Amino acid sequence: MIFRSYCILAQKAARVLVSGKHQLPTCIWLSLRRSASSMAVCPVLSVQPTRALVDEKFQIVVRNLHPKQEVTVHSLHHSEDKDCWEAFGHYISDENGTVTVMEDASRGGTYTGTEPMGLLWSLRPIPGSRHGLRLRKRNVLSPMVVNISVYKGHMNQGFSEEAALATVVTERWYLAPGVQRVDIREQGVKGTLFIPPGPGPFPAVLDMWGGGGGLVEYRAALLASHGYVALALEYLTPDKKRTLDIEGGYFEMAYHILQSLPQVSSDRVAVLGLSFGASVTLTLAAYSKTAKPRCCVCISGSHVQPVNKTLYEIFQLMNQSLAKARIDENNHVIWRDIILPIPTEPDLKVDVGKIKCPLLVVIAQDDQNWATVESTEDMEQIMERSGNRHLLTVLSYPDAGHLIEPPYTPHIRFSKFINQFNRAKVMMLWGGQTKPHADAQEDAWEKILLFLQKHLYQDIPPAAKL
Amino acid sequence: MIFRSYCILAQKTAQVLVSGRHQLPTCIWLSFRRSASSLAVCPPVLSVQPTRALVDEKFQIVVRNLRPKQEVTVHSLHHSEDKEYWEAFGHYISDENGTVTVMEDASRGGTYTGTEPMGLLWSLRPIPGSRHGLRLRKMNVLSPMVVNISVYKGHLNQGFSEEAPLATVVTERWYLVPGVQRVDIREQGVKGTLFIPPGPGPFPAVLDIWGGGVGVAEHRAALLASHGFVALALDYLSVNKKGILHVETGYFEMAYNILQSLPQVSSERVAVLGLSLGATATLTLAAYSKTAKPRCCVSISGSHVHHLKILFGILQRMNQRLPKTRLDENNHFILRGVFLPIPTEPDLKVDVDKIECPLLIVIGQDDQSWATVESTEDIEQIMERSGKRNLLTVLSYPDAGHLIEPPYTPHVRCSTFINQHSREKVMMLWGGQTKPHADAQEDAWEKILLFLHKHLYQDIPPADKL
Repeated sequence: MIFRSYCILAQKAARVLVSGKHQLPTCIWLSLRRSASSMAVCPVLSVQPTRALVDEKFQIVVRNLHPKQEVTVHSLHHSEDKDCWEAFGHYISDENGTVTVMEDASRGGTYTGTEPMGLLWSLRPIPGSRHGLRLRKRNVLSPMVVNISVYKGHMNQGFSEEAALATVVTERWYLAPGVQRVDIREQGVKGTLFIPPGPGPFPAVLDMWGGGGGLVEYRAALLASHGYVALALEYLTPDKKRTLDIEGGYFEMAYHILQSLPQVSSDRVAVLGLSFGASVTLTLAAYSKTAKPRCCVCISGSHVQPVNKTLYEIFQLMNQSLAKARIDENNHVIWRDIILPIPTEPDLKVDVGKIKCPLLVVIAQDDQNWATVESTEDMEQIMERSGNRHLLTVLSYPDAGHLIEPPYTPHIRFSKFINQFNRAKVMMLWGGQTKPHADAQEDAWEKILLFLQKHLYQDIPPAAKL
Repeated sequence: MIFRSYCILAQKTAQVLVSGRHQLPTCIWLSFRRSASSLAVCPPVLSVQPTRALVDEKFQIVVRNLRPKQEVTVHSLHHSEDKEYWEAFGHYISDENGTVTVMEDASRGGTYTGTEPMGLLWSLRPIPGSRHGLRLRKMNVLSPMVVNISVYKGHLNQGFSEEAPLATVVTERWYLVPGVQRVDIREQGVKGTLFIPPGPGPFPAVLDIWGGGVGVAEHRAALLASHGFVALALDYLSVNKKGILHVETGYFEMAYNILQSLPQVSSERVAVLGLSLGATATLTLAAYSKTAKPRCCVSISGSHVHHLKILFGILQRMNQRLPKTRLDENNHFILRGVFLPIPTEPDLKVDVDKIECPLLIVIGQDDQSWATVESTEDIEQIMERSGKRNLLTVLSYPDAGHLIEPPYTPHVRCSTFINQHSREKVMMLWGGQTKPHADAQEDAWEKILLFLHKHLYQDIPPADKL
């Protein structure tokens, strides 16, 4: 009984139908062993809940250990890109042989201190992985699967060669049950619509990502899981011809399509954008004669963007300014100086003094990609002068970086970036330190949801008051 | 805007990819309407936490943004695998903030009354016009039970499909946690389904034995695996090709042996759990087997009268006006008479004084199918006389019936029972009143899990103490 190879397990499980297809790669299970002596007491690992939305917390408890036993609690995720990400914390059980991750302090690993969600936000590619990885879920109809395990002793590596004491599999979902996903291809507008269950109508959010381009769905899916019809909009693709076609009218058309859906309350629509998408959001809010959002959210964005230009022209101009980009000692590209100094000419930045709706600005003080701190200072001054400063709320996070994602998304200080316009591949520096960045993501998302709820669910629209 | 037909919705969502395929049948959504005036006020917000849970976990339902002191109905709807509709509902009045909190507020009418956090599940019943004698059982445990929770204006008692709800949330109730493996077992003549928790193991195990009337019900074994036990749901009624219900003790011993010998199982930490006929099999194994030595046993709605062979014979001839059976005023079949009086001769009943391991007996005092109350009294006396009373724990629930299922399973007082071999049907009276039966299921399951945990996870086996 001393050696139990999981080769036997693999053979016996030849007809396995795995619930939700959570089978780990064979390399990880096959050579595990457990000696006879460890069978005297079985450690019990519990993770509650095992299925949750990505912005929900879980509680991890390990019981039946020896008192004052050193253990490592470990998380493992096998991404859609087939990379393995892991995180771990070093714990010592109490006198009852229990470790409670929500209450106990990790003394080492990828995070330290009392961090209930450290096993997610400190995930990083395992040693030997490719460089410049970023964790993004493309298929939101399936969950992100994370294995939580507990190991004997305080380990820092070699987790795949050791037998864990116990493992639990958890699912992290971007979608609540019943949310519908609909492909939108209408009047030249391309995007993905997410509709909460129920008769509606619902408030809605137009959701835009940044210069990385493509169609990124997970934040819109999460917004729909919180009760908003959400349209994830694609406006930047490698297809140059398509970018050529996109005028300012494209975004107004997208807003109009969203607003006109039978499931949407037409007077309760917000616009939310990150990075370049934030600039688009400000442009829409300031200048559009037809799109009148109830409120807007700008994450890691700037008002510095040429006015009255097509998307193509804007990117052309931006490429010219790339000369101001710097490269750090690791060959990481820093774009933050491109829009500095903040211009004074009116046609080079959005006139935020014209914005008539509440605006929530979320920025990171260690943003190495875009000069959002300086931009926000300038925006505050403009709005002060125009008398609409009371519409503005600013959330500014020390030591956070550019990519302010939904909570518990692993922080990455840099990653591979493909310039959609000229197809150049660089290693882009986003900035931020892991722990403060994780805190910023968690706090910002909570406040973004409260902001949307206040303006889209609670306030009565002016027209209805008559 | 006064009329918004969901015909438009159906057309626009031609490319819908529904998350988890939770789309309700078209008949329910298509004719909803929402008038313009209701758009003036803030939309009511319904939240159900969590939206994905194990079937034995509680949920919290809150309705906000109602008017103060507003009458509403909170409603649940489930579309079963048999294509039947089950519903439940409670009548509530919002507080001065326009909030209804199901966990704290009292339902004043509907399918349940009082403060009942889980009433929307355990009081589910077939909608008016359904077939008679239905019973809710999940056959495919790899997918969740989907329940729609809705809130309606006013105190409704019927016609829910013709009214537009104010809001709806879709919830999933799972028998399986992520990572549990399901394996078909066909070995040495033994047939069943194995469920293995994730992780390196080895784990304690449970041999799970149902009663007569259904092939193999996997849901309890799946749930046990979700609580950390390797569980084998045993099929013993359909194995015999000659069509004779005739399975010897040897079959159960073989099943026990197969389970115990798996590499994932701690061979000295195996329990046997049975309901109804399966409980008799459990007692038989525990009393007579020379090879199977379970660490503990659970007998639900079971009896030590009669021996298995006799019981098989009874099952075969059930609708043939067996002596001592009767029909009540609704033509429901009451079986319990065949077990009475409890014989005094020891060889007419299972020798429970030969049982050497802890035994948990769970019975409903309104059991109309088996004479479990009388049987348990006799078991207590026998074990008292042989000095083994300390091994026995009895949980006896007033007004609970025969079918003591996992928590929140809808109570049925009677249902169609099909003889496995002759395929003849009777309407079997199981007994029990809905509310006490629901309480019994919830309490019994909690205690069964504690019992299994105590004896299979916490106690150190005698051999290891040396």
